Formats: sequence, structure tokens, C-alpha cells
Amino acid sequence: MKIIVCIKQVPAKDAPLAIAGNWIKESDIGFEMNEPDSFALEEALRLKEKHGGEVIALSMGPERVKQTIKEALAKGADRAIHIADDNFAQLDPLGAASALAAAVKNENADLILTGLQSDDQGFGQTGVLLAALLDRPHATIIMAIEAAEGKLKLKRELEAGWFQHIECPLPAVLSIQSGINKVRYATLKGIMAAKKKEIATLTADSLGAKTEPTQKVEKIYVPIKSKKTEFISGPPKEVAAKLVEKLKFEARVI
Amino acid sequence: MKILVITEQRQGKWNNTSFETLAAAQQIASAASGSVSAAVLGKSLDAFAAELASKNVAEVLQVEHDLLENYTPDGFCVALKQVVESTKPDLVLFPHTYQVRDFAPKLAAMLGKGMIGDCVAYRNEGGKLVFVRQMFQGKTAADVSFVGFGPWFASFQSGAFRADQVAASDSGAKPINKVSIDLKPEQIRTKPLDLFKEAKSAVDLTQAPLIVAIGRGIKAPENIPQAEAVAKALGAEIAASRPICDEGWLPMERQIGSSGQTVAPKLYLALGISGAIQHVVGMKGARTIVAINKDQNAPIFEIADYGVVGDIFEIMPALTEELQKAK
Repeated sequence: MKIIVCIKQVPAKDAPLAIAGNWIKESDIGFEMNEPDSFALEEALRLKEKHGGEVIALSMGPERVKQTIKEALAKGADRAIHIADDNFAQLDPLGAASALAAAVKNENADLILTGLQSDDQGFGQTGVLLAALLDRPHATIIMAIEAAEGKLKLKRELEAGWFQHIECPLPAVLSIQSGINKVRYATLKGIMAAKKKEIATLTADSLGAKTEPTQKVEKIYVPIKSKKTEFISGPPKEVAAKLVEKLKFEARVI
Repeated sequence: MKILVITEQRQGKWNNTSFETLAAAQQIASAASGSVSAAVLGKSLDAFAAELASKNVAEVLQVEHDLLENYTPDGFCVALKQVVESTKPDLVLFPHTYQVRDFAPKLAAMLGKGMIGDCVAYRNEGGKLVFVRQMFQGKTAADVSFVGFGPWFASFQSGAFRADQVAASDSGAKPINKVSIDLKPEQIRTKPLDLFKEAKSAVDLTQAPLIVAIGRGIKAPENIPQAEAVAKALGAEIAASRPICDEGWLPMERQIGSSGQTVAPKLYLALGISGAIQHVVGMKGARTIVAINKDQNAPIFEIADYGVVGDIFEIMPALTEELQKAK
């Protein structure tokens, strides 16, 4: 089974965000693999271990993205495609998906996996858009994959604790729900092996992808508070005592 | 401005976010001298269409087909593409449900358009619509606008508008148009099978008056007893955000949020929870929210009544002690 995994690099979870117009200042912060995508990568590696084949990591963004690509290769992806783009953060979901679709069109993969959404922009559209652009069936929020006889049996999560089984033919595009598996760590052997693996570098222009935006993020800002929060400060014991008093006599909930 | 709202029902029941989105559409339309139509898709929809027709809408589109009885992304996209092409709305609005996430971006792309998903508000700036959505897991908000001509596609997050603010019709039942669509079995590539719940959960958190919930800030499973001690001293149920349950540190049935349970207790004590929207939609109805988090910019503080910026590992034992004293 030939599997492509779309992996985004995002600001590290604990990175302090300094807003600059419609994006953030990137200079002083660390970046990491988008956590939902790490579940998709793990799922791809498990499918390959079970059914054989190849796992290709696909990522778009500036040069720094190579670090995340190398992590995917170290975990076991066989090769990678990097769509180099310094202005990646300015693309809208359709523009980004168009570039990704153009990059994988000729790979004829059996399966394309994405994480559910990114921890930075959180559009959550990439998988569905890839399916539309490549004219493939798709399913999202997947919690289990069984492949047999050229078909997939999937467990899809619905709201409020409900699930549904779905049958999906191959080739297909799936968005993977976080928590579907336990993500592996890269081994030292894997890190060494990754150094010899191929990273093909492309650009959206060289791919002839249409990335003109259909929507524009005008600015980002610290959200306006909808509620007035009463902050309680002091040493832990004092804070605890004040809080209990407030809950008992002011909010009257205990 | 002509607005089309795509409502959602499953197995004879409304997804109530549909009416929140209808309320949003009515508000957008009233400021832009526009009209609102509401569509419902499926099979045997007379009762649903009649309910929509009792609201203040220009018309109801009843989109019925045997192949729409069970949701599939292919079936819904083929059907709605025809509905959008024939009714020519400027703006198509959806409730931001799991089902909408599954097909709406594709529908927009089939028409060469983009979608602004998961919006929490909108503003009309001199005739230009600006949509507000969250980024960076709720740490920032973003103003997003459409580029180019419609139809535009957008979805509103659950809880962004109030369903009880949907304006009723003041002139009797509005017209219901049965829209026939051309849909063939071979156009639907995925096959929906059984719907099911995992083993019935032992705890019904929706009935708990007091909830202590933990997030990533708890750091390791061996720290959970400290939070459980707070819960015990309060007489509260313990719950968690999704990552904690994904890790297997607490069972899935204790998860609060869009993929878990939605609760509205008297007291919700959030320990080390940052407040990503997926969690917040499951608990923002709580009467009193207390948040303890080391990051003063954590979005959970936006909805907290009481906030403590500090180390949960220092505050949890102190709080347990004070709660025991207060009994």
C-alpha cells in the first residue's frame, strides 16, 4: 500500500505568541510537528507494517519545515516531498490543498492521510479538500482502519459518543482523529537511517498549482473577553482559602 | 444579500446547532436587507420542513431523495451543488458539526469557492462581512473575509448564537419548495454502515452538579490522584479534556468537549486546561467556572468567573485542605 501523509509544522505548544498583523513573529519561537498529524503518520506506518508498501511524508512551508520532515523520516517514512514556500502561512485552505494535490497527483497513492486539523490555523479542511481536488472518496475523524480486498472498513467518530462504521473503496483520503493510536518515538537507528532518505523539493509555482486566495485573514488578535474574570492571587494556601470562600458565599455553588 | 442555511437532522432528530445558525443568518440578513432560505436534506422530511416554515424565512427547501436518507459526503455534495446552483445564494451558512466538517469544504471546492469554517461571530463593516474564528487553539481570534464573488461558504461553531433567538414567522407558514435532485447510486462511493455507541458509559457527567476537570497541565498520570483528592473533597465528579483521555490516563467516558460529553454543572473547576474550543463547547454552559492555569493568556480565562494564575501542583493540595475544612 502506497500511503502519503500530510504533515504540517506548527509553532510549539508552549511557544509565546507575538502577534504581527495577520500572523505571528516566527523569529523567536520553536516549531514542532502538528500533533494531530503525528497520529496520521503513526497510522500510516502501522498500515505499512501490516500490508507492506511505502510511506511518503508530504509537507509544505519554509526551510524550517525540513526539521519536521526529518522527524517523520526518522520515525519510519520512506521518503519525503517538501513544497518549499516562505509564504505558506498566507495561503488559504483551498490554496494550500491545491499545492498539496498538485504534488501528489502523479504519485497514484492508495491512501492519503491527514491529521484532523492543525494546532495553529485549525482550518480542518485539508483532507476533505484533497479528496475534492483529486476526485477521491474520503472520510474524516477516523478512529480505526481495517484494510482488506482493496477496501477499507473505517470507524468514524460522530458527536456525543456516537460512532459509525463506513466502507470506503481505495484509493481514498482519510482525516485521522487524534488518539487513534499511540505515537512512536524515533529511535537512534531511525534517526541515522533518515539521513540517507530522499527529500524531493518542489514549489507551488513549479507544480502549476492555483493558490489564489478565496479568503483572507485580515488580522489576528487576543480574543475579547466575554466574561469578567475575578482573579485571585497570593500564596497557594491563601488562594485556596479565598477561592473556597468565594464559591461558598458569593457563587454559592458549594 | 441572499442567504441559504443548510440545517442538519439525523435519524429523525435535529442537530440543534442548525437553529443557532438560522438565528445568525436572520441577524446577518436583517442588517444587509437580505433574505434567508433554509434547506433540509434527507428522506421523509415533511415534519422538519414544516417546523422550518414556521420561522421567519423566505422559503424552505425540502431536499428529499432515497439516497440522502443516510448521510454520505458524496451524496450531500452532489445534492447541495445542485441546490446552490439553482437557488444562487450569496452566502451559504452551516452549523459547524462533525458532518459539516466532513463535506462542506468539498462542496465549496466543487464550485471553485472557499469556506470559512468554525466561526464564532461576524461583523458587518459598512456592508462588508467579516467572520471571526479562533486560531492557535483559542489563544488568538482572527478576522477573516472572503475574496471575490460568492457564493461564499461559512460555518458557525456550536454555541456562537442562540437557538431561542430564531425569529418566528409573523405571517403564517412560509412556502415549502420540494427540490428534486439528480443523484445516482454510483455517485456515492462510501457506504455508511451501523451507528453505535461504545460500551455504555458508567458515568453520566451531564447530571453531575460539580465537576473537577483536568487537562494537559496535569503532566503525568501519577499526578491525577491530587486532582481526585480535590474532587473528593468537593464531592465532585472527575473529568478531563481530550488529550488526557487519548493518553488513556482517564477513561474516554470522562471526556468533556465536542467529541465527549456536554455538561452544564453548577461548578466547573478546570485544572491545567488551556481552553481549546473543542473543550470549551462542552462546558461553557456551566454556571460557575473556575480556572487554574500557569499561563495567564490561556483562553480558558476568557470564560472563567474565577481565575488563578499559578501552579496547579501547589494549589491542588491547598485547595483539598481548605475544602475539607469548609465542610
